[in-house]
Amino acid sequence: MDPEAAKYIGAGIACLGMAGAGIGLGNLFGQFLSGALRNPSAADGQRATLLLGFALTEALGIFSLLIALLLLFAV
Amino acid sequence: MAAGDSPIKQFEIKEYFPIEVFGLNASFTNSSLYMVIAVSLISLFLILAMGGRSLVPTRLQSVAELIYEFVRDTVRENVGPNGMQFFPLVFSLFIFVLVLNLLGMIPIPGVTFTVTSHLAVTAAMALLVIGIVIVYGFYKHGLGFLSLFVPSGVPGWLLPLMVVIEVISFISRPVSLSVRLFANMLAGHIALKIFASFVGLMLGAGIFGILLAPLPLLLTVALTALEVLVAVLQAYVFAVLTCIYLNDAVEGGHH
Repeated sequence: MDPEAAKYIGAGIACLGMAGAGIGLGNLFGQFLSGALRNPSAADGQRATLLLGFALTEALGIFSLLIALLLLFAV
Repeated sequence: MAAGDSPIKQFEIKEYFPIEVFGLNASFTNSSLYMVIAVSLISLFLILAMGGRSLVPTRLQSVAELIYEFVRDTVRENVGPNGMQFFPLVFSLFIFVLVLNLLGMIPIPGVTFTVTSHLAVTAAMALLVIGIVIVYGFYKHGLGFLSLFVPSGVPGWLLPLMVVIEVISFISRPVSLSVRLFANMLAGHIALKIFASFVGLMLGAGIFGILLAPLPLLLTVALTALEVLVAVLQAYVFAVLTCIYLNDAVEGGHH
């Protein structure tokens, strides 16, 4: 296979890792909403935890995007 | 911006004053310039805001006090009351990363540069944090600090495996701490640049392109808002994780 082509295919495959981050983020906000609707008075106190979880989860998806970008521009 | 520009050209380091120390390249670059600007801005802001030290704070002073109290509560919650001597470290790291992230979001053609989008910078900060954890942990607990790697309540036959896993997870901490910040900034800025270049590409693609060009422009505006949120969040995450790691050094292996 042409190495150039393999590079682009690899970048595409690396982006699949972001699906995991998508599932995680959906899970995170879904669980927060279901908890918050059950007990709205406790929801405000957990907003910082929610954002922390969002940033940590999103970072994992960005790791795979980083691999794709490295393949595209740096290799 | 030419449409053919590589989206990673914005991370290029330019040397302003070439300096060489013992064969090492220690030039004053645009990265150094942004760090100097950030430190001057922070110092100027804090000195101006807290110079009055009035009992009833002025508007500027209450902003400085808000940031101070926010970081203080984070440290108290995550490191514990015994860890307040680390407050200056966490405060400096938080506000330095925050200001560098936000400065990188201000677009100045040809000049704008995000210091935290370079692994060398974030790795230096992460290694500093982990170095402090290791040195302070051994200083305070002696060899008892090593009990950090021995989780309690694990059956004996599983213990060797668990110790190996704990050691690997400890070693990967500086890696994940630095790569998280660096990758977020890098990927965010590349995504912004790519979507912005769509606008230019579509404007040059006939009447349909011109009609559709506002769409990527709107997306770029939305992405900029997200990036500002990410810039603040990642500074906060860096500070919180620093606190959690410091907690291991302060409390020893009792977790």
